[in-house]
Amino acid sequence: MAVDTQTVEKLAELARIAISKQTIEEVSNRLGDVLQLVDQLQAVNTDGIAPMAHPLDEIQVLRADKITESNNRKDFLELAPQTEDGLYLVPKVID
Amino acid sequence: MEWEIVIGLEIHVQLSTQSKLFSGASTRFGAEPNTQACAVDLAMPGTLPVPNEEAFRYAVMFGLAMNAEIGKRSIFERKNYFYPDLPKGYQTTQLEQPIVGPGEVEIHLEGGSHKKIRLHHAHLEEDAGKSLHEDFQSMSGIDLNRAGTPLIEIVSEPDMRSAVEAVAFLKKIHSIVTYLGISDGDMSQGSLRCDANVSVRVKGTDKLGTRTELKNINSFRFVERAIKVEAERQIDILENGGSITQETRLYDADKNETRSMRSKEVANDYRYFPCPDLLPVSLTDDYIEQLRGTLPELPDTKALRFQSEYQLSVYDADQVTQERASADFFEAVCKSCGEPKLTANWINGELAALLNRQGITIHQSPVSAEQLAGLISRIKDNTISSKTAKQVFEAIADGAGNADEVIEKRGLKQVSDTSAIEKMVDDVIAASPTQVENYRKADESKRPKMMGYFVGQIMKSSKGQANPQMINNMLRKKLGELL
Repeated sequence: MAVDTQTVEKLAELARIAISKQTIEEVSNRLGDVLQLVDQLQAVNTDGIAPMAHPLDEIQVLRADKITESNNRKDFLELAPQTEDGLYLVPKVID
Repeated sequence: MEWEIVIGLEIHVQLSTQSKLFSGASTRFGAEPNTQACAVDLAMPGTLPVPNEEAFRYAVMFGLAMNAEIGKRSIFERKNYFYPDLPKGYQTTQLEQPIVGPGEVEIHLEGGSHKKIRLHHAHLEEDAGKSLHEDFQSMSGIDLNRAGTPLIEIVSEPDMRSAVEAVAFLKKIHSIVTYLGISDGDMSQGSLRCDANVSVRVKGTDKLGTRTELKNINSFRFVERAIKVEAERQIDILENGGSITQETRLYDADKNETRSMRSKEVANDYRYFPCPDLLPVSLTDDYIEQLRGTLPELPDTKALRFQSEYQLSVYDADQVTQERASADFFEAVCKSCGEPKLTANWINGELAALLNRQGITIHQSPVSAEQLAGLISRIKDNTISSKTAKQVFEAIADGAGNADEVIEKRGLKQVSDTSAIEKMVDDVIAASPTQVENYRKADESKRPKMMGYFVGQIMKSSKGQANPQMINNMLRKKLGELL
């Protein structure tokens, strides 16, 4: 299945990935190659087979409701480009 | 043209677990920013989520209380979008196989009528952090303490037909989650948040109109007002030949209007897919049945019991059982004074008004159950009149001690002594020859009304402390003798 460049542009925007005009053609082709593999999988008859939620046929282990983490704010804030009053600062976002 | 409003609600309820849905960080409200956001909540590379069993227990309890199907196998999906308060770039939520399937619940409307509202489903998901836009120039501050806090999102069918019904449903959900003890339900702290899908259609037609989604209307009062004003806006547009745009709108409580949220105009494309970091969660029948056995008595059952056990009216029973704390309070007062009807009246009347005025819950009531029972006992044995009781109640609320102490200290004891009452009646008759003469001449049908004058005089001279019932009887007797 081929992927048109418009679809690639939309996906890039949703994923916040910059793709230059020069490479968009190439990206479209490569994505198309991947989807050809998917097409082969799609062709398999799966009637009556329940889809798996995970490649491993296992059941999730749950943890007890206990507080196990302590306050490491100082270390985490140091990793951020800009902070103030214990908050991470990001370019202004408004609803 | 007559219009019909169609409303569905999406309610987010914060579960009161100690730790987060996928990490061991604390969920306590009001901590210093980012002191409760651990590596998992911050989406640090290499971290993996491990689900909190308590969140599942709470979600199942909710499902059972809603008579809903429980998803014995539930899976998590990723809902992908970018926003700074969501470090992972996706919210871990449930789509295909939620923990709680279809169910239904009854809402109680004024006049004692009931209506069933269907639950579409409820799912577990994680909350996002908080963005603070005010204090930083051209920047937003991000606090991720709330990120990862467990929520259940409760989605109703579009079964409500008025703002009043929507509020009744929201109150019912609030009541159920607080009875179960799975959430504190505190709307002012964001523990319970409500979005409303609102559309209108010509009454009698089946097809749903185009809906708008009202975001974050966070008090019972605002839910009612926001839905009303949005329905009016839609009707106005349609009656003027326009059409409704499907969009998300924000309610502005100050202006009492809704407005479009522009940034959401680009249709969201969340690209859901099963979360590869989480395996399916499997719950056994034994586990579910064992939880069913632990459910407390829920509001509907309690209201029915109060009707039969205490002979309360439907209205009184509904009122007093809406909150578990007030139902417990009612039973404590009742046990001690044995007067259910009076107890319900006082809790729904004076006490509710007092708590409302002070903006506090019944847990913080300045009048204890024991004190209220003491007061009601004094009304019951005619030590004080109902009118004086209000005065005593205020004094107890102000910390003046229990009812007996207040009555004693302020000399409020009702005069119920027959000879004293007789003297009062004789005095007023002797002092009011004109009124007595008028009474004698008046038509019999007018006399009961004319007696009010004499009662009033006696209440005035006794400072309201004469037993009104005894006054009435004595007056009728004495005036009768003069005819």
